[in-house]
Amino acid sequence: MTEQFLASKTFKLNGSMRILVIEDDQQAAGFLIKGLREEGHIVDHAADGEDGLALAREGVHDVMVVDRMLPKRDGLSVIEALRAEDVATPVLILSALGEVDDRVTGLRAGGDDYLAKPYAFSELVARIDVLARRNKPEAAQTKLVVGDLELDLLARTCTRAGQDIVLQAREFRLLEYLMKHAGQVVTRTMLLENVWDYHFDPQTNVIDVHISRLRSKIDKDFDGTLLQTVRGAGYSIREP
Amino acid sequence: MSRNANLWRTSTFRLAAAYLLVFVLSVGAILAYIYWNTAVLLERQTDETIRAEIRGLNEQYRFGSITALANVVEQRSVRNSERGIYSIFDQQGRRLAGNLQGVPSGVTGTSGWLEFPYEVFNGNSIKQHSGRAFFTRLRGGYLLVVGRDVEERRQFATLIRQSTFIAIGMALVFGLGGGLLMSRNFLRRIDVISDTSKAIMAGGLSERMPVRGTNDEIDRLSGNLNNMLDQIERLMTGMREVSDNVAHDLKTPLTRLKARVEAALRQDTKASYKEALVETIEEADQLLATFNALLSIARTEAGQTSEQMEPLDVSEVAEEMAELYQPLVEDAGGTFEFSGTPDLKVTASRQLLAQAISNLIDNALKYAPPQEGENRALEIALLVQRVKDKIEVTVADNGPGIPETEREHVLQRFVRLDTSRSQPGSGLGLSLVAGVARLHGGALVFRDGKVGFEACLELPAAA
Repeated sequence: MTEQFLASKTFKLNGSMRILVIEDDQQAAGFLIKGLREEGHIVDHAADGEDGLALAREGVHDVMVVDRMLPKRDGLSVIEALRAEDVATPVLILSALGEVDDRVTGLRAGGDDYLAKPYAFSELVARIDVLARRNKPEAAQTKLVVGDLELDLLARTCTRAGQDIVLQAREFRLLEYLMKHAGQVVTRTMLLENVWDYHFDPQTNVIDVHISRLRSKIDKDFDGTLLQTVRGAGYSIREP
Repeated sequence: MSRNANLWRTSTFRLAAAYLLVFVLSVGAILAYIYWNTAVLLERQTDETIRAEIRGLNEQYRFGSITALANVVEQRSVRNSERGIYSIFDQQGRRLAGNLQGVPSGVTGTSGWLEFPYEVFNGNSIKQHSGRAFFTRLRGGYLLVVGRDVEERRQFATLIRQSTFIAIGMALVFGLGGGLLMSRNFLRRIDVISDTSKAIMAGGLSERMPVRGTNDEIDRLSGNLNNMLDQIERLMTGMREVSDNVAHDLKTPLTRLKARVEAALRQDTKASYKEALVETIEEADQLLATFNALLSIARTEAGQTSEQMEPLDVSEVAEEMAELYQPLVEDAGGTFEFSGTPDLKVTASRQLLAQAISNLIDNALKYAPPQEGENRALEIALLVQRVKDKIEVTVADNGPGIPETEREHVLQRFVRLDTSRSQPGSGLGLSLVAGVARLHGGALVFRDGKVGFEACLELPAAA
């Protein structure tokens, strides 16, 4: 279990993924495909909704990145068609519209996550990683472990090196989210979305303070820093 | 000329014309009915009376002699109250009795109706009258003529006929004139609207449709068009300001970014490249955040988020924001206080409301901290309370606030009072809050607080 969380130094996911990109904008697609290939993934590309649906039907992809506005068939209808055919490949919707209701309609159509253009590539990679991991059937976890840090989801307790750490409710949820995605990069936006359930960009990095408070509780008096800052991307919890 | 051509095509004119037709027809029908009921009926009655008299006289002659008949005729002709015409002539046409001088022209056959002119002595004048009479040849060749003076009736009928034509004529003239006036008046107002729109399209966006204050349909149309124009003008002005400010506020980070990359290229070390790239990403993220904020404002102002409106407890959202920001304020060496009355419901978008509160706290955090040499600690308070039918979300701080004269100004996009631009930020925060407030039917109000400055988001309480 722990070994699985030992991500490589460059924060690539263990093993490469097969990703389907359905995006009509040649330049955006080219950039996306290049970036994802550099991350070590195999990327298939479709430039319109019909081709995209045909490729997606094969069901061989770990994750799909689907643009909302596509020629021939729009992104949401592609996702709806796939879900109707029981193709459960996780989908990250890309959209130039990017507001709250679009997010809601996108997720209602069967998308798993939603990212508004313009986005940071690191944000996209982080979200793809999380989606791919989510796809793996995981047993209902009652205990999360990273190194000597343990989080008991039933008893709502936290220990490091056998020592009890008192966490506030929000800190617990924050740590839980980080540990569920241990070894992966989690962006500030993802934290605000998943821990606080807010989808806006705060002007100041409010999340940083919460992270540093959490860090002072779980890392300060112990050997080895578990909660690490990934510059230009976000945070990651992993064994040093 | 084209205006006249237009006139025939306006719906008011067509309506007026149709109405005119109906009006003229009904006036005609009424007058025809009156004519029928008076002139024609009177004439019939006269004829009946004449017939009855003829029958009576005929019988008298049958049972009496011609002398007796002549006597009766003479008596009746003298009793001239009804302007009766009674005369009896012998075979040679000599008058035996009655008030006709001679046999009227047109007597042919044994009996029949005739109408003839005759002269009436009225005191000292002689007048030409029309008479209508029935003549019949009696046994022995005598000619009996009984009739009535119908002059007055004829005149009356003529009068009614004339009146009918005059009335119809007048109805036509007035109806047509009225219809023309009405539709011309209507057209003129439409033309004014049309001309104003042309002026506006030609670039005079400050032009407005004239409103008379009568609150009729055209007035309401003009009013609505004016409201629409106000909205468009505000958006256009906003756009213009945005493009001016975008030029400045996006140019600066882009220039900085370029300078940094160039510096890294000059240094040409792996470490400097990495450093520059990481900083570039951070700068780009800032730019993205600015764009996202712009998009949010645009969407909010366009009112495209109403789908997500739900009744929610303001205090709950505010408390979550307080919890999110408290550590940040404390780290900045300040204190953060939250107080809220639970269960204050508004119909709002949770995301937008949270973002608005977050922006207000952000602003306090940026501008309220003590300057160098100031002997105070930063205090920020978030307060949710109900005031009459409004819910007020107030972010109070003990900072210098916004000068009275600048309070309107800061709501515009990209406006930052901090001219040195030493604080990070896009100058979009308060614009978004104001946009969110408007979207929810509320307002963003600035006021002086007890210790410092208060920014208050007023929202209408949900029923």
